[in-house]
Amino acid sequence: MTLLKLNGAAHPFNPGTTVADLVTAVTGRALLGTGQAADGGRLGVAVARNAGIVPRSQWAHNVVAENDDIEIVTAVQGG
Amino acid sequence: MTELLTGTDPLVIDGVTLGSRLIMGTGGAPSLSGLGAALLASGTGLTTVAMRRYSTPGQGAGQGAGGTAGTNLFELLLANNIRVLPNTAGCFTAREAVMTAELAREALETDWVKLEVIADEHTLLPDAVELVDATEQLVNKGFKVFAYTNDDPVLALRLEQLGAVAVMPLGAPIGTGLGILNPHNIELIVSRASVPVVLDAGIGTASDAALAMELGCDAVLLATAVTRAQDPIRMAQAFKHAVIGGRLAAQAGRIPKRRHALASSAMDGRPDL
Repeated sequence: MTLLKLNGAAHPFNPGTTVADLVTAVTGRALLGTGQAADGGRLGVAVARNAGIVPRSQWAHNVVAENDDIEIVTAVQGG
Repeated sequence: MTELLTGTDPLVIDGVTLGSRLIMGTGGAPSLSGLGAALLASGTGLTTVAMRRYSTPGQGAGQGAGGTAGTNLFELLLANNIRVLPNTAGCFTAREAVMTAELAREALETDWVKLEVIADEHTLLPDAVELVDATEQLVNKGFKVFAYTNDDPVLALRLEQLGAVAVMPLGAPIGTGLGILNPHNIELIVSRASVPVVLDAGIGTASDAALAMELGCDAVLLATAVTRAQDPIRMAQAFKHAVIGGRLAAQAGRIPKRRHALASSAMDGRPDL
């Protein structure tokens, strides 16, 4: 099975999986092609792939690869 | 009259008018609902958040905020019209801080960032070298940097010259509640700054915030003093009034300190008793 690292944990994925798919898997929210939440709300999420930002607009086209290091972050209490 | 009642001639940072001179942090609150109530009680218009991994509910405790709570925090701020100020808390290097700021800009759609680059977990004091480096990089990338800094007048001025939109000297180390340990330095920073000065960190109780404003600071940023108070809502109200009181006092112009007493009642016309 092909694995990548998602928020620090091993995560199996199928060929052709995009960053958008991973965001939906983690947040439970469907996305539009633009990377906006389909429910119309603000998603408040950003993605780094191998220590580089993947802009929201590219999520739907950005196909992940084996051993990728994906971080999906959001705002939490702090500061 | 309205100004006198609220005590708030508006605070303007980066061209944005904020209704309150109290900036709140969100760290240390045991529950999101309690935090929301405290934020509303404080009257704040700007609140910091940290950027962390999105954790699916039920998995990994993480920040105690959890994934859903994290998302709700953002929604809570949006719903209450409180502007969000992402921070780079937990970053030890300029590289990490710049990356965190970029993630925050992407996630929260703001180019404002509270830049925090700490030297070590024991003191949580800013690392001046990394801070300067990160400020320069972030300004070049178009960020509006709120620089959390030591109470060092030289460094504060340097950060302003690098393009920070606000400088945020600490009163005392984060979470200590020791108040303002070097009021003279804070006064010196204020006297030379041409960007807003926000007293950040170390505030323990309302009088500390009032003092910060009396020293000439433009705003106060605090979290722990409210979120870990026994009654956070009441403490949030206390800070709201303290900041207003301190601002009014700073504008009103205090009397000079004297070594000897000065009667306020005239001696003339005193009856011969």
